[in-house]
Amino acid sequence: MRLPVYLDYAATTPTDPRVVEKMLPFLLTKFGNPASRSHAYGWEAEKAVEEARNEVAAYLNADPREIVWTSGATESDNLAIKGAAHFYKDKGKHLITVKTEHKAVLDSMRHLETEGFEVTYLGVQPDGMIDMKELEAAIRPDTTLVSIMAVNNEIGVIQDLEAIGELCRSKGVIFHCDATQAAGKMELDMTKLKIDLLSLSSHKVYGPKGMGALYVRRKPRVRIEPQIHGGGHERGMRSGTLATHQIVGMGEAYRLARLEQKHDIEHCTKLRDRLLKGILDNIPDVYVNGNMEHHVCSTLNVSFAFVEGESLMMAVKDIAVSSGSACTSASLEPSYVLRALGRDDELAHSSIRFSIGRFTTEEEIDFTIKTLTEQVAKLREMSPLWEMHQQGIDLSTVKWSEH
Amino acid sequence: MAYSEKLMDHYEHPRNVGTLDKNDDSVGTGMVGAPACGDVMRLQIKVNDQGVIEDAKFKTYGCGSAIASSSLVTEWVKGKTLDDAAKISNADIAEELALPPVKIHCSILAEDAIKAAIDDYKSKQKKA
Repeated sequence: MRLPVYLDYAATTPTDPRVVEKMLPFLLTKFGNPASRSHAYGWEAEKAVEEARNEVAAYLNADPREIVWTSGATESDNLAIKGAAHFYKDKGKHLITVKTEHKAVLDSMRHLETEGFEVTYLGVQPDGMIDMKELEAAIRPDTTLVSIMAVNNEIGVIQDLEAIGELCRSKGVIFHCDATQAAGKMELDMTKLKIDLLSLSSHKVYGPKGMGALYVRRKPRVRIEPQIHGGGHERGMRSGTLATHQIVGMGEAYRLARLEQKHDIEHCTKLRDRLLKGILDNIPDVYVNGNMEHHVCSTLNVSFAFVEGESLMMAVKDIAVSSGSACTSASLEPSYVLRALGRDDELAHSSIRFSIGRFTTEEEIDFTIKTLTEQVAKLREMSPLWEMHQQGIDLSTVKWSEH
Repeated sequence: MAYSEKLMDHYEHPRNVGTLDKNDDSVGTGMVGAPACGDVMRLQIKVNDQGVIEDAKFKTYGCGSAIASSSLVTEWVKGKTLDDAAKISNADIAEELALPPVKIHCSILAEDAIKAAIDDYKSKQKKA
C-alpha cells in the first residue's frame, strides 16, 4: 500500500495508464496541428480530435457537433454562463444560480453583475438540495439562464436534473449544468435530460489536466457568444490551436468511462459504504454532511465534532483528503458550502471530504478507518471542547471571546 | 503548508496536555478563542507560594499551529515568575515555531491565554 493513501479523487484523479498510452504518439510522432489542412500531419491530428469528440459525445448520448473543446471545466463554465448571458442579453438580464455552486460559476456570475446583469443566488435546504418551488418562483420573464451543478464538489449531493430541466424548458430558460463531479459517476444522457449547456472536465475522469469540454445543445438550438477570439476554431465558439494529445486523452478517458462506469460506480459505492460504516461504528459524535439518498457514489463529507479540521488533517497525514476548514485556505473562512447548509461553523471547521476512485482498495479504506479512529481520539483528548462535552456542558451556552 | 520541524515536534508530541483543578486557589485558568473561529485554547498554571509557576497544562481545539503554540508556552512558563511569564510575547512564539503569516493569530491567542491564566490566578488570590 502506497502512503499517503489517496482519497481526494474529487480534487483530481491519476491519469489512467491506458489514457497515457493513447496520448503519447500525439506528443512524439503525430504532432501535427489539427487545423493544418495541407498535409498528412494535420489530417492525422484532425482525425484523432474528431474521434475523441465522438467518444465524449457518445458518453453523453449526444451529437459530436454539440461538443466544444476547452481548457477545463472552469473555462467551460465561463463560456457557458458569460456566453449565453451575452448572447441573450436583449431578451433579459436576469440569471439564477445556487450558493453552493463551484467558484467558476459563482465568480462568472459576480463578473456579470458588474456588467449590469442581475443574479439570484438560491439557498439550499439543510441536506444540500435546492427547493424546486423556490427555483420556480425565482424565474422571471427576463430570466435567460439557470446554472445548477449536477453533483456538489464538497458534499456530493446530486440535484434533480430532470426536474430542473423540465422546469427551465417549460419557461423558455436555458439550463447550464456544471457536471464536473458527475461525469464517470452517474448517467448523463442528453436525450433524457433537458440540459442545454453542460460543462465537463477531463482530469476528474482519469484524463489529463488542462482539458475540458462544453456540450452546447443543437435541438433546440442554444447560442453562445465566444469568450476567446482568434481563428474561429470550434465553429467559432472557442478559438485557439487544439491540444491534440490532451483531447485524445480526454476522449479515451470518456470512452473508458462509458464502458466501465457501471463497474466504477459499484466499486466506489461499496468502498464508500464501508468507510461510512467504519467511521460510524468506531467514532462517536460524527455528522454526515449532505443528503445521502441523492448522493454521488464516490464522495463522503463528514464532520468530526470537537476537533478542528486542519489539525485532523495533519494527524491523518498518511491519508490525502480535503477539509472544509478555514485553516486550509488563505481566507480563514470555513467552507461556504457547509455554511450554506446551515451547519454550525464548528462543524464546518471539523469537516473532511473523502473521495474514492477507480484505484482505491479495501485495504486503503480499512487503514483510513483505523487511522481516523486513533487520531480523532487523540485530538479529542487534547480538546477542551470535548472535555466540556463529556462533562455535559452545552457549548452553545458558553460565552466565548470571539477574535 | 510546510511547517517547521519545531512546530511539527510540538504538534506530534505535545507537552503538558491535561487538566488542573480549576477550583484550586493556586491554579489560574485562561480560556481564549471561540469554536466558531476554529480555535479554543485553555491554559492552566499552578503557582507556588513564591509566585513561581511550577506546573502548566493545556488543552487546545484548533489547527496544528494553535496546538504547537500552546504546547510551547506550557514549557516556557514553567519555572517563571508571574511577571516574567507575562512578558512572553506573541512575536517570541511566532519566531520560535517559524509560524507562517496566516498563523500569527495562533501565537496571539497563546499570549492571550497566558495573560488570562495569570489574571484568573490573581483575581482568586485577591478574593482569598
